[in-house]
Amino acid sequence: MPERIRVNVLFFASYSDLAGRESAEVIVGSPATAGDVVRQARAMFPGAERIPERPLVALNQTHSKLAAPVADGDELALLPPMAGG
Amino acid sequence: MAFLVRRPIDERALVQRVAAPDRGGIACFLGTVRNHHANREVRRLSYSAYEPMAEAECRRLLDEAASRWPAAIALEHRLGDLAIGDVAVAVVAAAAHREAAFEACRYVMDQLKHRVPIWKREHYADGTVAWVDPTGAQALNAPAEVSHG
Repeated sequence: MPERIRVNVLFFASYSDLAGRESAEVIVGSPATAGDVVRQARAMFPGAERIPERPLVALNQTHSKLAAPVADGDELALLPPMAGG
Repeated sequence: MAFLVRRPIDERALVQRVAAPDRGGIACFLGTVRNHHANREVRRLSYSAYEPMAEAECRRLLDEAASRWPAAIALEHRLGDLAIGDVAVAVVAAAAHREAAFEACRYVMDQLKHRVPIWKREHYADGTVAWVDPTGAQALNAPAEVSHG
């Protein structure tokens, strides 16, 4: 297992506006959870700290808990409240 | 078959997709673009999605519904810019009898709103835009000049 975990973080809708980007590579130490990646991502960009501390997240395109462990190469999406329909 | 489309939704085509001689009840729900929200006049809106996950989540919830009710179900959600009155989402459920059709249709629509990663941005008559937050947790208004991306 690598000591550092690279996660591709995706920002959508209002969170994309706040972070000023649609994606970012976030590097965290191993082991790490989705919540650790969120904490790091919120601190990386001006404005991103306005993303909620505990947003909805999807890990590799499936709804996930913030306590879920992440692995190198994972995709973690930060999801604002959904508004389909 | 894709659940997300960037062209007008043809609800009659969805009905034809699920209709069958042994299915005597067909329930159809259409969600259309409303001209007001929270006492503000809405001119148009735009839908966006986390597309690969939204497709997968639609597939999962249709499979769930099919395991719970003996119904055939069709679903489409439109993305991009929509005008007032346009159909944004259509769910059509066909079953032998109406109970299963109604219940499966409602289940898919309710679950879609909670689980499928789709977002809606409203453009108001006063020129401002805002992401719609159904939870009401936060209001993230953007000035009009950054709304054209």
